[in-house]
Amino acid sequence: MVEIQDVWKSFDRGRIEVLKGVDLKVAAGETVALCGTSGCGKSTLLNVIAGLEDPDKGSVRTAGRIIGGERERVDLLRHKVGFIFQLHHLMPDLTLEENCLVPVIAAGGKRADAMARLEELAAATGIAPRLKQRVRELSGGERQRGALVRSLMNEPDLLLGDEPTGALDEANRERVFALLLDLVRAKGRTLVMATHDPELARRCDRVVRMRDGRIQDDAA
Amino acid sequence: MSLWGLIFTNLRRHRVRTAIGAAGIALGVATMLSVVGLLGGAVKMFERILRSDAEMVVFEKNVSDLFFSNVPAALVDDLESQPFVKEAQPVLFAIVTAPDRPVVTCFGIRATDGRLAKAEWLSGSIAGFLDDGDDVVLGERAADFLGAAAGDEVELGQGKHRVAGVVRMENGFENGGVFMPLAACQRTFHKEGFSSVITVALADGHDPVEVKRWIERAHPRMTALENEEFSRSYSQFKILKTTAWVVGGCAFLLGGLSVTNTMILSVFSRIKEIAIARVCGFSRGQVAGMIFGESLAVCAFGILGGWLLSLAGLRLLQAIPQLQGYIEPNIGWQEIAGAAVLALGTALAGALYPAWYAARLNPAQALRFE
Repeated sequence: MVEIQDVWKSFDRGRIEVLKGVDLKVAAGETVALCGTSGCGKSTLLNVIAGLEDPDKGSVRTAGRIIGGERERVDLLRHKVGFIFQLHHLMPDLTLEENCLVPVIAAGGKRADAMARLEELAAATGIAPRLKQRVRELSGGERQRGALVRSLMNEPDLLLGDEPTGALDEANRERVFALLLDLVRAKGRTLVMATHDPELARRCDRVVRMRDGRIQDDAA
Repeated sequence: MSLWGLIFTNLRRHRVRTAIGAAGIALGVATMLSVVGLLGGAVKMFERILRSDAEMVVFEKNVSDLFFSNVPAALVDDLESQPFVKEAQPVLFAIVTAPDRPVVTCFGIRATDGRLAKAEWLSGSIAGFLDDGDDVVLGERAADFLGAAAGDEVELGQGKHRVAGVVRMENGFENGGVFMPLAACQRTFHKEGFSSVITVALADGHDPVEVKRWIERAHPRMTALENEEFSRSYSQFKILKTTAWVVGGCAFLLGGLSVTNTMILSVFSRIKEIAIARVCGFSRGQVAGMIFGESLAVCAFGILGGWLLSLAGLRLLQAIPQLQGYIEPNIGWQEIAGAAVLALGTALAGALYPAWYAARLNPAQALRFE
């Protein structure tokens, strides 16, 4: 699902090197936790996998595609990759339902299909009664569950999570992560998730530890 | 929800911002329609002064202003002797001063000119208006500001004239003017033997081309135009119309700046939202389309608002007693379409930079934006 070879990435015209020759392979259906201290390159690696950042050097193949340009990048994000962040990043002026439909609008999906999928995902995550609410009226856990639903609306094969439970309290962290794993495993999806939480990382199939822009340890 | 749904939701949830953007466009549209409408109406009124019952107007070739045109009075008899002319009426335009009134329009006409016969006489009668006399007829507004009534004497320029009557005219220019017998007018303004124009009514079954050909052959220093041709070609009208569109265009520039400002604010306050939309699969084109769509929607509200504003403003002006008769707004679909096209162009131009900025945002960097 993900094949990364000797990927380098720097910022500020090369002054800040974030990824320094990363190699990583993730098989389809695998759940992988990326661990490491803040600034070790986890988020940048996820962005590179999603095509949101171009590597300076090295090759990236995501969902069987090499991201060459805008068209491939957009196609990947519309159909193959879902992304969930530490902060929910829902649009505050829209209702939860409208937020969940944003990826469908982007992909030009049919409303009826989208609504059926939304109903199913909302029921699974327990946000169905809150769909007509605006984001600012929701609790932190509800917002993050909404973000999870949004990331799965176009049925991506690969779900990327950048500390998706990092901003939640313990009860919500457990609930959101359990849902995340269930929804990923139920459909045989692949998950690559950055986390600081060793307990959550242990529940993934594989834990990849990063340090100073490099893979330090890769253990099943 | 579609992309348009998202656009309208964004606008609806930021009503104040949307209203400010729309107000900019509305003011541009209202200014343009009002100026164009007022000047168009003024031009139409002036055309009607010339027209009276005639289809054509004869004047001196290449004059920039009809006040400078000198048409020999003998041409009236010449024209009336032609089989294709039913009636020819000379009109001498002049500007005269009166006490406390530096500018009063004076129409030198013959007693047989149809406009006085058709006017509503408030006092006096047409019998008092004699071709060889000095008595004048005042339009209602002129009588009002000159403080004169039938039988009084008024001071016009260097001379004094008895008022033969007061008439109410539909046309504001005529209602605020003085009608003087042609011969007296020629003497007063030292234009003996001349008029400014001759209006020509065609005999039944005859073509305007016959008049044109005859004038070209017999009086090459004169020109004969049909009323519509005259409206299109008269340089003063052209200047007025161009001025109206230029003033309106300037108003649109300001409206455009308002739209740009609104859309820039809209983009800058939603940088993370735009980044999220990109992460959700929005292409650069869709992001730009969303910004252009918002701008066009704001513009559509602005066009509607501006149109209503101009209608209300012009109605208000028409209701002012001092302006009655002078304001006859003429806003046709052509003017509305012209203003709408300009407004849409302004909205698109105003959204260009914000759309470009939004489309080239790097989503990963934008999500780190504080």
